[in-house]
Amino acid sequence: MSTVLNEVRRGTYLDSVALMRISGAIRSMDGVDECGLMMGTPANLRILADAGVLAAEGETAGPGDLVIAIRARDAARAAAAIAEAARILSRPKRTSGSGPAAVMPRTLRSAVAALPGANLALVSVPGAFAATEAMKALAAGLNVLLFSDNVSLDDEIALKAEARARGILMMGPDCGTAIIGGVPLAFANAVTRGDTGIIGASGTGIQEVSCLVSNGGGGISHAIGTGGRDLSREVGAITTLTALDLLDADPATRQIVLISKPPAPEVARTVLARVSRSPKRVVVCFIGAKDLDLPPNAVAGATLEDAANLALGRPVATPASLSRPTASGKLHGLFSGGTLAAEAQLILSRAGLAVASNAPVAGSAPIAEAHGRHTILDLGDDAYTIGRPHPMIEPAVRDAHIRAALESPDCAVVLLDCVLGYGSHPDPAGHIARLVEARPPGGPRIVASVTGTDADPQSRTLQVERLRAAGIEVPPSNAAATRRAVELLTQATPPERR
Amino acid sequence: MPPEPTGGPPAEAATRLLADGPSVINVGLESFATELAGQDRPVVHVDWVPPAGGDPRLARLLAKLLT
Amino acid sequence: MSRTNAAARIDIANAEALRRMLAGDPWLIDVVAARDVLPRLGQRRILHAGPPIDWARMCGPMRGAVAGIAVFEGWARDLSEAEHMAESGAFVFEPNHHHDCVGPMTGMTTPSQKLLVVENRAFGNRAYCAINEGLGKVMRFGGNDADVLDRIRWLTTEFGPALGAALRQLGGIALKPLIARGLTMGDEMHQRNVACSSLLLRQLAPAMARTSPGGEALARALAFIAGNDQFHLNVAMAMGKAIMDPARGIENSTVVTAMCRNGTDFGIHVSATGDRWFTAPVEMPQGLYFPGFSAADANPDMGDSAIVETVGLGGFAMAAAPAVVGFVGAGNAADALAITRLMREITVADNPEWAIPALDQQGVPTAIDIRLVVETGITPTINTGIAHRKPGVGQVGAGVVKAPLGCFTSALEAVAETMGVA
Repeated sequence: MSTVLNEVRRGTYLDSVALMRISGAIRSMDGVDECGLMMGTPANLRILADAGVLAAEGETAGPGDLVIAIRARDAARAAAAIAEAARILSRPKRTSGSGPAAVMPRTLRSAVAALPGANLALVSVPGAFAATEAMKALAAGLNVLLFSDNVSLDDEIALKAEARARGILMMGPDCGTAIIGGVPLAFANAVTRGDTGIIGASGTGIQEVSCLVSNGGGGISHAIGTGGRDLSREVGAITTLTALDLLDADPATRQIVLISKPPAPEVARTVLARVSRSPKRVVVCFIGAKDLDLPPNAVAGATLEDAANLALGRPVATPASLSRPTASGKLHGLFSGGTLAAEAQLILSRAGLAVASNAPVAGSAPIAEAHGRHTILDLGDDAYTIGRPHPMIEPAVRDAHIRAALESPDCAVVLLDCVLGYGSHPDPAGHIARLVEARPPGGPRIVASVTGTDADPQSRTLQVERLRAAGIEVPPSNAAATRRAVELLTQATPPERR
Repeated sequence: MPPEPTGGPPAEAATRLLADGPSVINVGLESFATELAGQDRPVVHVDWVPPAGGDPRLARLLAKLLT
Repeated sequence: MSRTNAAARIDIANAEALRRMLAGDPWLIDVVAARDVLPRLGQRRILHAGPPIDWARMCGPMRGAVAGIAVFEGWARDLSEAEHMAESGAFVFEPNHHHDCVGPMTGMTTPSQKLLVVENRAFGNRAYCAINEGLGKVMRFGGNDADVLDRIRWLTTEFGPALGAALRQLGGIALKPLIARGLTMGDEMHQRNVACSSLLLRQLAPAMARTSPGGEALARALAFIAGNDQFHLNVAMAMGKAIMDPARGIENSTVVTAMCRNGTDFGIHVSATGDRWFTAPVEMPQGLYFPGFSAADANPDMGDSAIVETVGLGGFAMAAAPAVVGFVGAGNAADALAITRLMREITVADNPEWAIPALDQQGVPTAIDIRLVVETGITPTINTGIAHRKPGVGQVGAGVVKAPLGCFTSALEAVAETMGVA
């Protein structure tokens, strides 16, 4: 008979990543079945209830209270788990700054006083509070990288208008990646510095292109994230246009790569008109866009890999001519990076395959119509990450999907991405490898791409070796991995004859 | 309505960011600050808590009075 | 959303409140009889510490003080009669803050008492506070026996007039520089007033010698000040009130103009809402107890003395007084610095004239903004004495108490309402 035990810490706040790490540590204790440390918002309490770890004590928590929820084999082990959580929580907080009484500032305002040269606020608080914090940063004259999502469109427009009026760069909301002056911010890679500037609406899009360029012998001056809605009609490309101004004037930038899903048509016209006045070469990668009317100084890259090829002036991988597979086995793509999932769909569609996705691009069917189609899941999509870490932070959230694909009778190829860099899990390849090494022989083939560099904390070379040792093919790019998957589909033995 | 493309000289604050490199106030996930500190970048982490104890109604009111 | 009109209007109003606070020029000028300066203070009207409260809700020490002061004033023959009178509604209770007054702990102010007068010469307003009775069994902690009443009589008939004469002879004592000096000597002016009391004595002694009839009366007066480390507390309180009052009633200002407690409720005033009280149940102080006493003996927090924190001293100036930080618990000197730093998170500015050496001459955190309190959940830290929960026993310890968040949130909603922000 298991025991559910809760403790509520009133007025205690920890960020979600920190709480997930503590939950993970507690969950690994002997006799602990399940553990959740969460702030007591109504949504989080529902998640804890659904997980069967919420007790009456936990139900009393408010949004400003921390709930420690344990389900363990017996009362003693539950109590031990609570005690361990309390021990971890009681570790003193790191201080920053110097001089007498260095204490961690409690507000952005006092942090600015502690770091007088500050020029950027990196904001990743929960979405409901994010716009307010970003506005405070703008009011303090700071450039902003707003990592948080779930910020309303109205707030985004107000923030960007305020930033434009103040001559400030407003990256995001929902900006996962930036590289400024060689410094990776949020989820970004340690790339070589060079003459290619990137402006990107998508985090993993910037990561893939910057890594391919860097690994291919080129380099990145700056990569500026705009947030996924910047090229919408409502926002009107405010950040993209600011970024073009910046990179035009930046002496280190010789050419610019612009990455986005297809913009609203009138916004595309505005942006391309601005591009036409740039003195620099611009690679336009509006993934999935057709019939772009580009100015003479611009070239179109259909995929992230195309964009990287154009920036480098040479291919990052050997292109393959794809023949349409005839076998009946299906490809199951399980992605942590949304733009990598989009690029894969595009390549599959172009190879003539019928694709369904939870995040369909032009040419793909919605996931409800997956029957008979190859599937690409973006597991970083909000629907999969409510109350759970993003798969780039915690690869384990993809485990169940990978296991299901490997056991699925119709699955011929599993296609994965593995995104390295700052912010990401310290060993995503090791996690995948351990998961698939135990698979029985004769199952689906596994192809993965690794987005990263050897200078990343995880080292791309080591991560690739780890995957290959587990029998996973690792082509040089996500596009190349997708093409290889298509090839394998062509060669695959139909599962029914396996 | 999309704004008219500017194409003028970029603004001072943003230009200085690119020229000087980021000097960061981190509000939110502490791991971002830890990673920047590990690269010897100037960073100060804010020991942020949800405003108004996480009460959404009060937080909205506060936002109107504070920002 | 964009930077709202409301936020900008509040910022401007708060800058004005801060300006008035920093411009304040408080002088200790006189000692007067309460009845002479508080015309509304008629028969059987008792001013008390904290927000409004009636007899039924008063804590033990407050009731003890009420009974004692009623006997002192001659309104009752003895304590028992005084209590019956109180119960039957014979007394009118009003907060000191409604009468330009402040009082420590129970804060009894009645017509016959002698009050310190602090004049804010920049604005012309005056504030009053009774003379500190010293330590031990005293009325501010609910003491009411014959010794307690005798001491108050002595303060009224002998010491008060002598002090007043000396102050008039001096032309008053400027308090701003006195506080600045005291901060460099380890006082935070709430729990520790050793330096400021001594500095006062240095200035007062020659003048008292000059104006006093001399002999034993002078010796008693000088010995009383010299023997009371907290003599200056009541001066600091009247000063705090004199500094804060000009900052009251500024439209749109979210600066706190008073914090006080009556042993039952904690109350604040906010500039924009004038004399409207925002209250929440007062908390128990955390601290150290005199030998033989424990937390079980403690009364919930009392007194108008948090006016000292309202002007940036007391808990806000903890960094200046590492000697008292032991009262806050694990306390070491670094904790004292951290508390002042933390209080700076909820104030509009520093006061450059009241600098703290241990913080590289950073000024004390000044002008509490209720927006910042509600935003951060950081409530003011108040240094305080701890009274026995039973009337008549007196002080049993000292420590710190946190202002309850509830009064700040309700005040914020009220200011929002006055501004038409919902």
